[in-house]
Amino acid sequence: MKWDWNAVSDFMPEFWHGLLVTLQILALGSLLSFTLGLVWALLMRTPSRWVRWPVGVVTEFVRNTPLLVQLFFLFYVLPEWGLTFSALATGAFAIGLHYSTYTMQVYRAGIEAVPVGQWEAATALNLPRRRTWTAVILPQAIRRVIPALGNYVIAMLKDTPMLMVITVLEMLGRARLFSQQHFQFTEPLTVIGVAFILISYLASLLLRALERRLVR
Amino acid sequence: MTSGLWELVLRGVWTTVQLLVFGSLLATAVSFVVGVARTHRLWIVRFLAGFYTEVFRGTSALVMIFWVFFVLPLAFGWQLVPMWAGTLALGLTYGAYGSEIVRGALNAVDPAQKEGGIALGFTPWQRLRLIVLPQAVPEMIPSFCNLLIELLKGTALVSVMGMGDLTFSANLVRLALQQSAEIYTYVLLIYFAIAFVLTRLMRSVEKRLKAGAGKEAGTFSAERELKRAQTTGVGGRVA
Repeated sequence: MKWDWNAVSDFMPEFWHGLLVTLQILALGSLLSFTLGLVWALLMRTPSRWVRWPVGVVTEFVRNTPLLVQLFFLFYVLPEWGLTFSALATGAFAIGLHYSTYTMQVYRAGIEAVPVGQWEAATALNLPRRRTWTAVILPQAIRRVIPALGNYVIAMLKDTPMLMVITVLEMLGRARLFSQQHFQFTEPLTVIGVAFILISYLASLLLRALERRLVR
Repeated sequence: MTSGLWELVLRGVWTTVQLLVFGSLLATAVSFVVGVARTHRLWIVRFLAGFYTEVFRGTSALVMIFWVFFVLPLAFGWQLVPMWAGTLALGLTYGAYGSEIVRGALNAVDPAQKEGGIALGFTPWQRLRLIVLPQAVPEMIPSFCNLLIELLKGTALVSVMGMGDLTFSANLVRLALQQSAEIYTYVLLIYFAIAFVLTRLMRSVEKRLKAGAGKEAGTFSAERELKRAQTTGVGGRVA
């Protein structure tokens, strides 16, 4: 086994660019999945089954099919329908949509964990429906679910390399490009592999600390 | 879509199913070995198993696949057939998630059960095989169902390496027809159908195992939701 430190130092500038793109995708994807997930979770609580049923089917479908195929779908089919976005935007949207079907379950569990007494108190105080949600239920529910949401941010981080297939140059995309140009595969791939392990391990330590503070 | 193209898709389905079967067998073996090792009494065994879990859960499955396909042949001279390379990468990655499921279920067994085994003079292996596992395995099934679906979704990644699975055949069809909406819709539906069948299978397995351990089967989908964090996260819990 040959290990060439020069290849590593040549790759590092590329690596930092790739990391930046990965973090951009992650930020956009998280934002989208947090908001969309909450929307799904709230829609699933509407009394009408004409809303719940379609939302349930669609989210189940998105959750049980590969993100990779969804990426291809959005990347190739949307332009056919006359909608063109940048590869990065398409990728962030796909990843956000995919993970919103996971975060909706987290929100649901968080909302269900709010004690019934809170609902009854809101009714007793004659709070309007909107106010019950925004001032009583959601603040308590969201506080509980932050660690679980953070979990999905890490899961999303590990799925960002897939965006390589729709020409986004994130970490793995850069590593592949570098490998093909310099015929050195071992170093760049190992560097990003270690980077993923380090980032997700540090993030999980951070999450555990957050969990101890938030969830009592 | 002509019948020739459908044949291509069917061959893709076959490759995906093969990968799924081999990958899930390897992942199950890895989960049980590593999961049991994480409850071992020697700290070094626990440490090594924990290290394995952190490393393979920490990295991305796609990066892992690239590593197995490109770095193993160059660095160690191990050139694997694509099917085995894909199985190895998927099995090792998803096995790391599975080991967390096994560990959780083993720890959830009432300690009195193990103590009972000790009092009756069972060896550690007998305790595991005859007392702990029969009670722990039914509890693992909902989580393993989640993991199986994740593995199914993971098999699509090998198409990036040019393996002719379902996703790869979809790309070929797209290039042949110069239109994508139809074929990608079909492919998504096929993946969904496979996932649906797997879920049904796992539900019946759970029912049978729980009956064998003298327990009521709960509502399967609710149990799956509760345990989802084990298969998707790096720790932490759902609410």
